[in-house]
Amino acid sequence: MDDVGWWNINQRTKRKSTIMKRSKKDSGNLSRRGFLKTLGVGGAGMLVPSASMAAQERVPTPSDGELATLLDLSKCIACGECVTACRESNAAKFPEPVEYPKMIPTKRAKTQDWSNKRDVDDRLTPYNWLYIQTAEVEHAGETHEIHIPRRCMHCQNPPCSHLCPFGAASKRKDGITRIYDEICMGGAKCKTVCPWHIPQRQSGVGLYLDLMPRLAGNGVMYKCDRCYQLLDKGELPACISVCPEDVQTIGPRYEIVAQAKALAREMNGYIYGMNENGGTNTIYVSPVPFELLNKAIDRDNSEYKGLGKGKPHLKRVADSMADETNLATATIVAPIAGIAAGFLGLGAKLLKSDDNEQGGSDES
Amino acid sequence: MKVRLYPGWISRLFVFAVGMLTFTGFMQMPLAKRYYLTEVPGMAWTGDFYMVHKLHYIFAAILLFVVGVVVVNWFLEWNDKLSLTPFGMARVAILGGLIISGGFRVYRNLPDVTMYPDLVMLIEWVHFGLVMVLGGVALVALLKRRSAYAIKK
Repeated sequence: MDDVGWWNINQRTKRKSTIMKRSKKDSGNLSRRGFLKTLGVGGAGMLVPSASMAAQERVPTPSDGELATLLDLSKCIACGECVTACRESNAAKFPEPVEYPKMIPTKRAKTQDWSNKRDVDDRLTPYNWLYIQTAEVEHAGETHEIHIPRRCMHCQNPPCSHLCPFGAASKRKDGITRIYDEICMGGAKCKTVCPWHIPQRQSGVGLYLDLMPRLAGNGVMYKCDRCYQLLDKGELPACISVCPEDVQTIGPRYEIVAQAKALAREMNGYIYGMNENGGTNTIYVSPVPFELLNKAIDRDNSEYKGLGKGKPHLKRVADSMADETNLATATIVAPIAGIAAGFLGLGAKLLKSDDNEQGGSDES
Repeated sequence: MKVRLYPGWISRLFVFAVGMLTFTGFMQMPLAKRYYLTEVPGMAWTGDFYMVHKLHYIFAAILLFVVGVVVVNWFLEWNDKLSLTPFGMARVAILGGLIISGGFRVYRNLPDVTMYPDLVMLIEWVHFGLVMVLGGVALVALLKRRSAYAIKK
């Protein structure tokens, strides 16, 4: 079996065995062991054409490195199963606000409450971590209707995590960037620095209520955590397992990248996410250029005035952390330069202080 | 009149670097816009999280340069003539902790580096906590008029 499809095969095998019953229950029933047995027995026969690609059991280990997802946009039909499954799978994580303290200053620190708009599914919210954009575009003489499931891109070098002052957002070894709701203060810095402004805030919950609720913090930020609770058990994220069209594939990033390139070649298509923001763990392949898709989804909003809040764009994105990566070199060079300067005698000569034994100074 | 035993530029550069690191460090929290600091003429940059972050790196490099100079001079020249004060020792230890935890932060932000989330959180809070302690110790030292790091033996 081709390594590339090992996790996708699980998805297909499972679906076949349940005769296309698509539900959250399906996604959670198959243990890793069960999945691997199924993979070995049924998966190979169903999908693998030759003996040279004989099925082999693969257990995700840290050596697999980061897991990435591939979304084949030519397959998505916008049925919304993934959106529903995402909500169901993550329902226990959704915020239940307890109080809304009056914050200072009121003009700048405004309460954000989505708890009475939980059904909103046409944008990202604290209760809707995945939604589907639709774009109708003309390309190469054909009209395409492309549906794009949007959620956190799970960047390889995520600024939301690196710039969080409290360590409340972190990337795991398996490539998932998680926001830890016990620590998050809801300052929304992660949303500001995210190139796609993905995380969404719910006020009235979180640690800030126990500290200085009127003066600092404003809730908790929420976004896709790629169903880590399922992945930890060797199961697929809900949006992947429930999809009737096999839009998504998940696997080690280097394999997903290879698969994305092959798919793009096959459909003469285009890739998004491979290099965006220095590389993400969500890679889209589309039969039409993403520039056209971006313009088309923009058109959904009134008069090209932007996509609106909670509706991520599809523009090309440079590496947000590139300057920090370069400056890291400065923090290595600087002390070495200081040491060299010291050896050359810079600042070595002490001043005379016959009249001041204490040698007072103004160091902080 | 106060007289530093070591060259004044070292002291001034150190104070400048630590002061700016403290300021840009606190500006890592999303406070500047909320509390109208960005409205103050010349301070709009405090609301640019990336800018503040990069400045923090630059001031850290300046501090590390000064530390490099001082450490070498201490072991080559000053060790025989100066001794650290108790407040000096405390602040050197705290500063060491800040440099180490800050170094971990810089390392963590590099591409292809992924640290365990619990460790990341620990490093963040140690870094944040140590700067608060440094501020407290520095304030006490200042009030007691014992702000010198080192005195003549």
